[in-house]
Amino acid sequence: TLRLICTTTAVQRKNAGASGPEKYTEAFIKKQIEEFNLGKRHLANMMGEDPETFTQEDIDRAIAYLFPSGLFDKQARPLMKHPTEVFPEQRKIQWGEDGRPFHFLFYTGKQSYYSLMHETYEKLLNVQKHQDELIAQDLPLQKEKRNLAGSRWLTKIELEEMLVEKMSDDDYSRFIRLLEKLVALPCADLEEKYIQKFSKEVPAQLQKVLIEPLQYDERGVAFSTGEGRRKTASATAVVYDNGTGKITVNGIDILHYFPVLQDREQLLFPFQFLGRIGKHDMVCTVSGGGRSAQAGAIRLASAKALRSFVTEKEVEFMRQAGLLTVDPRVKERKKPGQEGPRRKFTWKKR
Amino acid sequence: DDKLLTEPLKHPDFFSVKELFTLKDLFDARVHLGHKKGCRHRFMEPYIFGCRLEQDIIDLDQTMQHLQLALNFTAHVAYRGGIILFVSRKRQFCHLVESTARACGEYAHTRFWQGGLFTNAHVQFGPGVRLPDLLIFLSTLNNVFEPHVAIRDAAKMNIPTIGVVDTNCNPCLITYPIPGNDDSPAAVELYCKLFRMTIIRAKDRRRQSEAMEELR
Repeated sequence: TLRLICTTTAVQRKNAGASGPEKYTEAFIKKQIEEFNLGKRHLANMMGEDPETFTQEDIDRAIAYLFPSGLFDKQARPLMKHPTEVFPEQRKIQWGEDGRPFHFLFYTGKQSYYSLMHETYEKLLNVQKHQDELIAQDLPLQKEKRNLAGSRWLTKIELEEMLVEKMSDDDYSRFIRLLEKLVALPCADLEEKYIQKFSKEVPAQLQKVLIEPLQYDERGVAFSTGEGRRKTASATAVVYDNGTGKITVNGIDILHYFPVLQDREQLLFPFQFLGRIGKHDMVCTVSGGGRSAQAGAIRLASAKALRSFVTEKEVEFMRQAGLLTVDPRVKERKKPGQEGPRRKFTWKKR
Repeated sequence: DDKLLTEPLKHPDFFSVKELFTLKDLFDARVHLGHKKGCRHRFMEPYIFGCRLEQDIIDLDQTMQHLQLALNFTAHVAYRGGIILFVSRKRQFCHLVESTARACGEYAHTRFWQGGLFTNAHVQFGPGVRLPDLLIFLSTLNNVFEPHVAIRDAAKMNIPTIGVVDTNCNPCLITYPIPGNDDSPAAVELYCKLFRMTIIRAKDRRRQSEAMEELR
């Protein structure tokens, strides 16, 4: 017998292309599906439920009950799902028994992507031909504006999922440019259905901040509420109209609650900005945080409440002054190997 | 089965390829027009008829002979169920060539040629790939005016090639060169039409012969 002594590197190295398709042959996946269905019926019997009406949610609950796991990663826990969800869609063998490939662009390497480009270009040619016919007959070209704002093209990952084939960023941008070119033509309505396959609706637009209307209490005085947070403090403020400028915090007057001038200045700033110092009364409740944090929280709450009393232009001025923005600064955590959030341990030369 | 395969080889023109085109058709499709004298390739000089106002004119008599040989060869390959791959790197005719290939039931490659497609096929595609049995070049140059990599790769893998060579191309490694214009749309449409008709004719002939054999 002849033994192959000197081998080439190609023979020694296991081809990456082969190991993929061989793992998930059609027969293998079929067997997995049969085993899954059988296991589903056994599980239903075990749980004492009807095997015919055992849904995927029931399976998940049963598995979570029978195999409780404290692992944090959801993907590491015991899983029982249909094999088509577990095994990723793989490319089956691309050629028939006689060796001839099925797809006419097989030898390019990226058959799905190039066939997509081919089809899109064909649609483009069709539209151009139609346009030429209309021009020849002197008919006006239709110009209905497509709703560009409400739709977006598919992302590269979504396109890869659709074609079951990897593509590079250049390929993706080329395809999008071709689609844009197709859409830009006047008679693109002809291929509307084809284009819709590659566009998605963009969800609702930016939510406009609603300014709440004024409410009236028993005495007929207008008032409005606002909430604010700063560091760990949270506050609610109720601002009344026709007032004398009296401010109460947690039932205590501000002079007693905030002995420091700086905090009282913070509270009065929104009123001073709008020039309404003596005109409003305020009753607020605040909890958490420290002295300065509570002051900042009440300031934000009162500014939000004052929006209802004031014109839209002044609201815009308040926003630009920074009265309506939540201050995102919180205490930074201490890191291991350092003394504080930023301070490192003293460096000793020896 | 043996008789099916050996029978066509006895005749010089089993598929009567000569009827598909005439010299007038080639002239009307502007196949004889070459590039300017400065672009001329040294090895194309035997195929050039002459030069008029610095533009080379290709000898259509030689083109007729080469075209007839090439079409005959494609017909035989298609008759024996071989894989034919159309290659062209001209962007204008990319769609046309792909549509022709699809119409014949054969394959096309008019895009960027990845390095190891033929030489590294078992890694690129998978084990047990069947490589093409014939390559047809509608244009032997790529976008940078250099010889297409596929000519050299096909020569390495012992795959016969047919190629339309213009006056600035190198006809060396191509088994059946066809000296002719590769830039005019009329000429390229004519070539596509001829190849499509020969391949479809050969395949129909094969099906007829198999049906006749089964009847016996």
